[in-house]
Amino acid sequence: MNSNLVRYVLGWVLIIIGAMLILPIIVAVIYHENDYIYFGIIAVACLTIGLISSKIKPKNTQMYVREGYLSCALTWVLLSVIGCLPFFISRQIPSFTDALFESVSGFTTTGASILGVDRQIEDLSHSMLFWRSFTNWAGGMGILVFMLAVISQLSGHSNMYLMKAESPGPVVSKLNPKLKDTAAVLYGMYGGLTILQFLLLALGGMPVFDAITLSFSTAGTGGFSIKNASVMAYEGHFYWQAVITVFMFLFAVNFSVYYLILTKKIRQAFKLEELRWYFVIFISAIALITIDLTINGFYSNVFERIHHTAFQVSTYISSTGFASADFDTWPELSKTILMTVALIGACAGSTGGGLKVSRAIILVKSTARDLRKMLHPNSVYTVKMDGKAVKEDVVSSINTYLILYVFIMVISVLVLSLDEKMDFATDFTAVIATFNNMGPGLAKVGPTQSYYDYSILSKYVLIFDMLAGRLEILPVLMLFNKSCWKNK
Amino acid sequence: MKIIIIGCGKVGRTIAEQLDGEGHNITVVDKNPRTVNRLTEHLDIMGVEGDGASRSVLFEAGVENADLVIAVADADELNLYICLLAHCSGAKNTIARVRNPVYHKNITESQSMRKAIGLSLMINPEKIAALEMSRLIRFPSAIEVDSFARGNVELYTLRLAGDHFLVGKKIADIGLLKGDVFKGESRICLVERDDEIIIPGGNFVFAPGDKVSFICTPSKASRIFKKFNKSAPAKAKNVLIIGGSRTAYYLADILIESNINVKIIEKLPERCAELSDLLPEANIIRGDALNEELLDSEGIDKMDAIVTLMHLDEENIMLSLYARQKSDAKCITKIERIVFDNIVDTMPLDSVIRPRELTAESIVRYVRAVKNSEGSNVESLYKLVDGRAEALEFKINSKDSPVVGKQLKTLKFKNNLQIACITRKGKAIIPKGEDTIEPDDLVIVVTTHKGLQKIDDILD
Repeated sequence: MNSNLVRYVLGWVLIIIGAMLILPIIVAVIYHENDYIYFGIIAVACLTIGLISSKIKPKNTQMYVREGYLSCALTWVLLSVIGCLPFFISRQIPSFTDALFESVSGFTTTGASILGVDRQIEDLSHSMLFWRSFTNWAGGMGILVFMLAVISQLSGHSNMYLMKAESPGPVVSKLNPKLKDTAAVLYGMYGGLTILQFLLLALGGMPVFDAITLSFSTAGTGGFSIKNASVMAYEGHFYWQAVITVFMFLFAVNFSVYYLILTKKIRQAFKLEELRWYFVIFISAIALITIDLTINGFYSNVFERIHHTAFQVSTYISSTGFASADFDTWPELSKTILMTVALIGACAGSTGGGLKVSRAIILVKSTARDLRKMLHPNSVYTVKMDGKAVKEDVVSSINTYLILYVFIMVISVLVLSLDEKMDFATDFTAVIATFNNMGPGLAKVGPTQSYYDYSILSKYVLIFDMLAGRLEILPVLMLFNKSCWKNK
Repeated sequence: MKIIIIGCGKVGRTIAEQLDGEGHNITVVDKNPRTVNRLTEHLDIMGVEGDGASRSVLFEAGVENADLVIAVADADELNLYICLLAHCSGAKNTIARVRNPVYHKNITESQSMRKAIGLSLMINPEKIAALEMSRLIRFPSAIEVDSFARGNVELYTLRLAGDHFLVGKKIADIGLLKGDVFKGESRICLVERDDEIIIPGGNFVFAPGDKVSFICTPSKASRIFKKFNKSAPAKAKNVLIIGGSRTAYYLADILIESNINVKIIEKLPERCAELSDLLPEANIIRGDALNEELLDSEGIDKMDAIVTLMHLDEENIMLSLYARQKSDAKCITKIERIVFDNIVDTMPLDSVIRPRELTAESIVRYVRAVKNSEGSNVESLYKLVDGRAEALEFKINSKDSPVVGKQLKTLKFKNNLQIACITRKGKAIIPKGEDTIEPDDLVIVVTTHKGLQKIDDILD
């Protein structure tokens, strides 16, 4: 491994984090809060170390897969630790583990919180709330992608590995021949949609601070709310909740769809198989749950039923993790459907989590192919997506991914079950909710509950799950691979 | 510029590498996913996997907004077809690699056909190689000859033998030597020593084995050559071409035109008949060249230049090594496929010609010219010593540039950079410290820096 190169990349990451920390300082100044000191100290420290480190350019700047994966994983560890310091130093979240949990949950866009039971979310200062929601936004499209977009020193060709390691989906491809342009286009669309949502919310009468933080959390499909009761706090404001529903749905769509629309290839965009299946899953989940709720007599009218169903399906399929209703009280079938759409998750190349729709499609198709092969052992049949053959190594990497996915889930549930205070439903949904970067689970980690009661060990397991889920497992596993650390 | 390259063979690859380094937006298209992957992993470019002759694939690569489409797939017909398709789909310029001389002739002669296909440039690798070889043969003691400023000046490279009179001398002292070799008509621009590229300053001392490149006008070249290399003949009279390929035909054609005697050895009787039909003045020998007796009996030791153009690189290398052993003739070896440049360089082969690199180079040069019309003022670019150094021609367009009108000795240039020549109104000037750069000059800069875009970039 070229450790000097990794150090160099991390130096730039520190500069970006330092720059990000300036935003909550501004918020603190606006609200006359003293927290700017904490953000200020950390920002200055990050910028100083970052500037020194980025000045010393390594001799060999050729990045290979292992440097890409390692830089990515270490970036996220660094991000999480620095991100938790404001909470911790200001004693607004006194336990380091809790602060780290909150920070990881923010950057990985999980939205699972340890706040809400013992301490209320509303107890945090405005600048801390802003920072909490901003971590959702920064983690959504990814910090390395942002870095590639703005720092031309890193625009070299081999940094594609960085982007690949951070971006979700089985195949990461460029929108534009130049990596820098691709990253800039992605952030442009991301920022544009965020601003659009903010405007729609603010013009709809939502307080500006709420609108900003909610837009950040929705855009990253994170799900941090500035209210203890999540979006339930806006009870009765159907317009606000509807805007959030639509944008949660939109941010879980593959961003290349928006690029195609921007470049006036609309027909091609709507032909994408992943997008079509995403629609199908979304609509059928809403239909099934609405019927289930009707049979079981929830809510007084159809409009309200569909409204809450759409919100909950949106939040689960996009792995955002808001709640407009306490769905923990819903019928079992509805809850199971919600968990299922959460497992399948969003589209690849979006800010959402989960297995990703395209992976699910390829898995189903390749399984069907293998079954067919049992009957006709000599048949040759390629798995196709969007009319093109999917490469065999992509198919096999998705199979590997699924195995790792299940394996990590099982081990996590096992470790969590050491916690005597919790039950199986809680442990199981907690792992699903964190590993898929969703947020609230069911039972004791349901939408009105929090992760506060878990033991320290369990919290670290969940922190690992969140990071592994956001980076799609492999980069995080590389941290534990001895040969990856060896200097060649 | 937005450029699409179809075909990721060696040529496509070389072009992509070069153009990516110059900051163009490149998309490559190839049927083979592995070659596409290999390229996109190493370069900051986009890859599209698929048949370049398919409209949907070209659209996926963004042909409708492309400034240039370069078709370097295997077959001529395919390349022409792709260019036609790209032209009809909105590409601004197209380049095709076309080997077949008949197609070449058809398209060159018929303006309307050229217009219909929308072809901006046709590249014939064999012809380019033949031209390059003929340049070398004109000056047998040179290892390489590059021509600049529309042929007004040329850069000659030769290797210093151990007993050469320059060995151990400083550049600054050359003018003091008896009968001054250069007389201010030439300048040493580049020295390659072992693995190092040096743009020499006045204190540079020559060592045996140095590959020295100097620039001068072609008319002065033979005089300087005579002084420089007293033993070698200034001009070749008898040339032996081994292998009757298409390149051999082009080369023989050029040589015969400048009154050089050409002998071609070819194995296949049908090809011999064809060649003798096409080149009545050449001496066509039928026989297997991999035969010492035949080579000896055809007077390999009496030749001024020997060119090996067999199909296999290995045969060419062996033949050249044999020829070097038997005679003092200038040897030119064609190497098409073998990539171990470092190893080939260590062999005593004299000159090596790689047609694919030449092809890539001429396409890159064209791209520079197109780009020049929209901003950068690099007239053309020449890759020297395997691309490790560059010679750039800058057209001085404006009076406002910080380099214009100042004596060169007052300007602070980048390290490893030299102004080799200034062409003013068609006349080449080898600049001294007192000379100035004026508007409308064509300035040739030799440097190891990559990617200079405008004349101001030469300053530190």
